[in-house]
This record gives sequence, C-alpha cells and structure tokens, in this order.
Amino acid sequence: MNIIVCLKQVPGTTDVKIDPETNTLRREGIKNVVNPFDTYALEEGVRLRERYSGKVTALSMGPLQAEEMLREAISCGADEAILISDRAFAGSDTLATSYTLSCAVKKLQDYDLIICGRQTIDGDTGQVGPELSEMLGLPFVAYVSKVEEVADGRMKVERMVEDGHEVIEAPLPAVITVVKEINVPRLPSLRGITKAKKAEIPVWTASDLEVDQKRVGLAGSATWVVKVFFPQRVKQGEILEGDPENQVDALIEKLRELKIT
Amino acid sequence: MSIRIESEKCTGCGSCVDVCPLGIIELVDDIAQIGEGCNLCGACRDACTFEAIIIEMPVETAPADESYRGVWVFAEQQDGHLKGVAYELVSKGRELADTLGTELCAVCFGHNVNDVSRLAAHGADKVYLINDPALASQQEDLYAAELVRLIREYKPEIVLAGATSFGRAFFPRVAAVLQTGLTADCTGLEIDAETGLLRQTRPTFGGSIMATILCRTRRPQMSTVRPRVFKRNTPDDTRQGEIIRVDFDKEHVTARTRLLSFVKDLTEKVKLEDADIIVSGGRGLGKPENFDIIRALADALGAAVGSSRPPVDEGWIPYAHQVGQTGKTVCPKLYIACGISGAVQHLAGMQTADVIVAINNDPDAPIFEVATYGLVGDLFKIVPLLTERLREG
Repeated sequence: MNIIVCLKQVPGTTDVKIDPETNTLRREGIKNVVNPFDTYALEEGVRLRERYSGKVTALSMGPLQAEEMLREAISCGADEAILISDRAFAGSDTLATSYTLSCAVKKLQDYDLIICGRQTIDGDTGQVGPELSEMLGLPFVAYVSKVEEVADGRMKVERMVEDGHEVIEAPLPAVITVVKEINVPRLPSLRGITKAKKAEIPVWTASDLEVDQKRVGLAGSATWVVKVFFPQRVKQGEILEGDPENQVDALIEKLRELKIT
Repeated sequence: MSIRIESEKCTGCGSCVDVCPLGIIELVDDIAQIGEGCNLCGACRDACTFEAIIIEMPVETAPADESYRGVWVFAEQQDGHLKGVAYELVSKGRELADTLGTELCAVCFGHNVNDVSRLAAHGADKVYLINDPALASQQEDLYAAELVRLIREYKPEIVLAGATSFGRAFFPRVAAVLQTGLTADCTGLEIDAETGLLRQTRPTFGGSIMATILCRTRRPQMSTVRPRVFKRNTPDDTRQGEIIRVDFDKEHVTARTRLLSFVKDLTEKVKLEDADIIVSGGRGLGKPENFDIIRALADALGAAVGSSRPPVDEGWIPYAHQVGQTGKTVCPKLYIACGISGAVQHLAGMQTADVIVAINNDPDAPIFEVATYGLVGDLFKIVPLLTERLREG
C-alpha cells in the first residue's frame, strides 16, 4: 500500500503571546515546526505501511528550509520525501496550494491513500485536504479518527462528527484528513535519524511539475489577505472579592440582577 | 504581488518590526529585512513613516464576472431538521443582500425536510429545494455535485455555508471544482462600500490574529461561518418566499463513500451549541472525577457541560464537549469557566457569550480579561458552594 502524507512547516504558534503594551506578537521562541496535526497523518501512514506493507512518501510545499522538516519525517518512519519549492508558488492560498499538490501527486502516480492533517495551526482553514481530493477526482473523508481496515481496494474508517462517530466505507485511492485522536506519534528512531541524514530529498519546481502558471502562487490564488489586526478585548470585567462565601453571594446577586437564575 | 524595502529610505527605526503580526521583520545592519512567510498584509507599510516599504499589486487581469448576482445560503439539515446555523446565515445573508440591493436565496438538500418555509420568515426570497430520499443523509459526493450544478446554473455572487464538520468537508470541494476562493470560519462578513466585494474577517494563528480577506475576481465569493457566530434575526411570519423545487440529477452523480453506522458520543442531556447556560471545566480540575462538581453545578442551572482542550486531550471527557478553536463555538447567555486559564484557542470559541464568569486561582489567567465577573480562588470551594446556594433557591 503506497501512502502519500502531506506535511506543512508552520511557526510554532503555541508559544506566541501578545505583548499587552504594544499589542504585537511576542516573537521570542518562535521556531518552525511540523504542523502538529500533520504528525498524526505521518504516524498513521507509517502504521498502515507496517500493517499492509508498501511505502510512505512525505510531501511538502514550502520554502527550501522545509527540507529539515522532511528529514524529521524520514526519521519518524517515512520512506522518502519530496519538497515542492519554487518562488512561483509563494503567496498561494488553499486553492493554489491544493492545485500544486495535486500536480505533485499525479507525478508520483502510484498511490493508494493520501493523508493530511485536519488543519494547520497557522491558517486553520482545513481546506487543502478536501480541495486536493477534488482536484484529483478522488473520494474524500474528513476528520478520520480510526482506520479500521483496508482490503480489496476499499477502506473502512471511523470519522468524528459533532455528536459522535460515523463509520464510512470508501474505495481507494482516496484522500483523508485525520484528527489527533487517531494515534500517538512516535519519536524519531536512531535508525531513522541515520537514514534521514543520508536521504536525498528531491526538490520539485514549477517546471518539474509542469504546472499551469496561471493556477499557482499569488496569480493562481482566489483569495487575498487585505488586512491583519489583533482581536480587541474590550470587555472590562469586575472581580468579585472576598472569601468563597462572599464571592458566591455576590455572584448570585449579579446573576439575579441579570435574570439568569 | 510583492513586497520590498527601499534601503536608502529605511532609517532602521524598527516601527515595522513592532507591528508585523507574523513577527518576521528583522533589522539587519539597521535596515529592515522581511523574512519568509510574509502574507503582504500591509501593516508594516502603513506603519512606516518614511515610505520605505513598497507593496506592488499586480494589475487585475480579468474583472469579476458581473453576471453573478445574489446572495445564497446553503441551509444544512440533519434528520429532516434545519440546523440553527442555517437561520443564522439567512439572517446575515439578508443584511448582505439588502446592502447589495439583490435577492437572498437559500439552498436546501434533503428528504422531507421540515420548516423549509421558515427560511423565508427569516429573510430568504427564494428557497431552492432538492427533495429526494437519496439526499436524506448528508452524502458529500452528491451534495457537492448538486451544489456545483446549481451555482453554475444560477450564478450567485456570494455563497455561505455553516462551518460544521459536514460544511467544512464538503464546501471546499465545491470551491475547488468552481476554482474560486473560500474563506473558512468567518466571524465577520460585510460588503465593501466602494467595491461591493465581500469583506471576510476570520481568526487565524489559533485566534491570536484576525485577517480580512477578499475574493476579488473569481465568483462566487464563498465563506463558511461557525454555528453561533451570527445572531438569528426575529422571524417575520408574514414574509413569503418562493420555494423552487429542483429535481435530483441522479443520472449524473454517484456517492463513492458509504455511511455504515453512526455512534452517538454525547453523554449529556443538553446539547452544547443550543444551551443557554454552559458550565465548563479545564485543566484546573486535576482529574476526571472532578468533572462531577462541574456536572453538579450544570444540573443545578439546567446547563450543558463544556470543556477546554486539556481535559479532552487527557481523556477526562469526550471531544463532543470541547469548546474552542478545534472544538465548538458557543454563544450562551451565561458561560461559567472553572479552572480554565483561557488560551486564545479557548477564548475563540466562547468569548461572544453574553455573560462570562471565570473561577480560577491564578489572578493573572487570561480568562479574566474576557470575564464579566471574575472569582479568584479555589474552584473546589467556590463551585460546590455555588451549586448548594442555587439548589436552595
């Protein structure tokens, strides 16, 4: 079973704090990491290969520095990695990104399953997975929390919805996005680290992929960010002082005033 | 589009460094340098008093197709009932359509869906309805193909859908086929007075920054909106809408995925997204059994039980209870946060609640910044006491 896992390098934004005085992001300690949701995609790919044999290819589109992340992917079990990188791809929105990824997937040809994380932690859109499936004309299942079985060119998966789990069956090849409930990603192995050091990671450019130039990068993007700002927190709250008895009395009074209780 | 710094004009004052929301501008030898990942938001250009930062916009090659007119809302249903978000989007869609001076249409796919006419009372001029047993459950393949067909035929300029787990999976596929832009999880939608374009504002970077996005030339302009982000308007029962029945094109579409079974997870009686009062617990509870004091308070108030992310990650409570960026967005009348510090990702899911009560032993916890009433103290003393008082009436 040949599996393609899509990964994105993102700023480790969980470290980000807003400086209350200047209302800007505190930048200390921001370093690039693999998008956390994608680590579950990679782990699931590696587990499926262990179950059904085959090959895991890690695929990422981004600046050249993303190569480092792809080496990490190899140390965690990917068999090979490919970086899609070209100045022509800069500024891509989800539409241009999924088109570019679809060109790379088509070049890879032999695959049964494409796994993406449910969303990135920087853009938070969760759109690249479903858009990629449509560009490739493949069946799609979002929010997969368990791959129950792969057999006879079909897969049976569990996916999370608002109030429960659905069991879905779909033919392969297919695209899925996974949630963090699906597994616990492993740490790099020593053998993996050695392999990652030696691995050759090809860089595919716009001409390698034979993309339609009008569909990539900013020119191929449908959406444009025109303004970025910090959310305003205007609500000025009241602190209810005293010991627990006093605090609870004060709160109940406030809630009665508001006719809530 | 590109950004560059005219080094002869740059004085190295650093004001661009301070305003860059992505934190990627550095001073190198007293000249600003822009790192990887710039999204050309323009904050640095606006802050530069020396006009040293230039953003070049490409000439728009093709103008938007003017034949696209009207605002559409995809009205999602489940088990024959319209979801709340459908009414919320119709309410917002009405405002947008009025500003544009155009019509508002709802689109509903399902089988024997109740209340379709209620969409008119909330503002829809027309409802395109495909009523077929094959569409009773949410078949993504069928829904995506049929929505694409209708959009191609009727050419709306704006199409909105709920950012439910279904909407977020099927709507991007519609956008991909139409090769148009889609903006996820919008919290603000308004019409630009000058251009008539839809200004779509959404949280990004886990809610720490907001971005306003335009889809300038492709049509339709598409957005998803989380449930409970927009308020439902007051229905006007005298409003009449036209229901246009469209035949299901069963010859041309097939569903490749098959739903085999569904297991309900939610253990509580009150549904989180519909609740007027929510009592939520966080990491401060320390262990799963301590959710009992949250449940007891919720029972006393007739409230639903919510959670921040850590207890869900720890397996103390199912994911269905999670409020926040990767959980549910809620907008109750009263939200009581117990032992929740208030990470931006959690605040993104609950800060529009009418009244927020925070109970936490750390006076510096960010939750107090959004709290209407803050109680600094031991939740294990305060919460049971509050429950007891409420029970006494």
